[in-house]
Amino acid sequence: MYDTGKVLIGILIFILLFTSPILINLAGGKSSVKANPQLPQSGKCIESREYMKDYHMEMLNTWRDKVVRQDVRFLKKADGTYFLLNGVKAEMSLTKTCMKCHENKAKFCDECHNYLDVKPYCWDCHIDPSLVKKEIMK
Amino acid sequence: MGIWFSLVALAALTLLGLIGANVPGLNYVFAVIIPYIAITVFIVGIIVRIVIWARSPVPFRIPTTGGQQKSLSFIKQNRLDNPSSYLGVLGRMALEVLFFRSLFRNTKAELKEGPNLTYGANKWLWLFSLAFHWSFLIIFLRHFRFFTQPIPFFVPYLQEIDGFFQIWVPIIYITDCVIVAALSYLFFRRVFDSKIRYISLPSDYFPLLLISGIAITGILMRYFFKTDLVAVKELMLGILSFSPSVHAVGLSSWFYLHLFFVCSLLIYFPMSKLVHLTGIFMSPTRNLANTNRMVRHVNPWIDELKMKPHTYEEYEDEFRTVMKGAGMPLDKEESHVS
Repeated sequence: MYDTGKVLIGILIFILLFTSPILINLAGGKSSVKANPQLPQSGKCIESREYMKDYHMEMLNTWRDKVVRQDVRFLKKADGTYFLLNGVKAEMSLTKTCMKCHENKAKFCDECHNYLDVKPYCWDCHIDPSLVKKEIMK
Repeated sequence: MGIWFSLVALAALTLLGLIGANVPGLNYVFAVIIPYIAITVFIVGIIVRIVIWARSPVPFRIPTTGGQQKSLSFIKQNRLDNPSSYLGVLGRMALEVLFFRSLFRNTKAELKEGPNLTYGANKWLWLFSLAFHWSFLIIFLRHFRFFTQPIPFFVPYLQEIDGFFQIWVPIIYITDCVIVAALSYLFFRRVFDSKIRYISLPSDYFPLLLISGIAITGILMRYFFKTDLVAVKELMLGILSFSPSVHAVGLSSWFYLHLFFVCSLLIYFPMSKLVHLTGIFMSPTRNLANTNRMVRHVNPWIDELKMKPHTYEEYEDEFRTVMKGAGMPLDKEESHVS
């Protein structure tokens, strides 16, 4: 082999670059940490768990369009009747409907979002309702 | 011909990937074993290729030059296109690797009415290659959010810049659009230009189709047919920290297909033209300074051939008496070796 020194440096750089995910995992020691969203103990969600896992962002986006652009505020079931939450018509609202049961943003939303580095821009405008309560209590 | 072979090969890979996704016993093979094989083949294969290249001697400097070489002090040297120093070579390589400088000079020959043979600038290939390679790099780096825990610092920045326009949910990445456009150009240029079609081989079409397959399955999975990303990340983290486990629940066929295409690419990489990833750094036409006249370059296998350099002094020593006898002029009357 010619220019052995230079070639070995090149090979070393190549190995370091392409094994960097493995090296980061080994160095970080956090690869076994899993996302663990806190689920509500009681109550039934408006959609199935599998659908929600994969498509909740699309659903919230559709809600946003309906409420803001078409002034359709209340959530209907497939059969056309209104969805009731504690006897009241449920609004298509992240903070007023979803977060009635999934109260804790940090322990529910953020668990998976941080795990996968997702930064939804819901919170550019909306405020975590639990924080509002704390402010009022002060 | 080549195009059909490549299409059939891609169809076969698709079928295999779908079988891997839908036959329960094969899930582990396709989600864990094949990725390990692919990563190993990729890294070992590339190192083997580098060693093979490094074993070829380059006794003489053979850079392809595109400018004035270093000459007399009042003649301006083109330091980047005809480098004579290590620094110049570094600059040249950087421009070549990051911005495809030599491809920027690509010209197109065309036969026009007359008949006139014309040569014109052709920057489209340069533009779309550059767009493709940079998109691919950024997409690969963005994927570190599935590969590592903690997530490296550059991923959030890349995601933010790449999703700058905040269109749609989830946000459409600019690179996703660019890579599809660039791959389409690179592929259809081989299909519709008869001159290029004539010189295209299966190994030209196949990588383009395979990478398109990766891009399209990825885009479909992100924007349309969603898969459980937490399960995906758990799988990838497991593989990349040597404690693999498969939660088959939530991993869709699209994901298996995407992963299988990526594994195929990794395995195909070292044995195809795609090794230009490392080959560009090993190209003697690029990575050598043009010092043919400035520095004496000794043939590296000279010892094996028992061919010692033979200078004029030594020549004169060998034939002094004969030359003297024939009345030829000599540099030295007596041998300098006493």
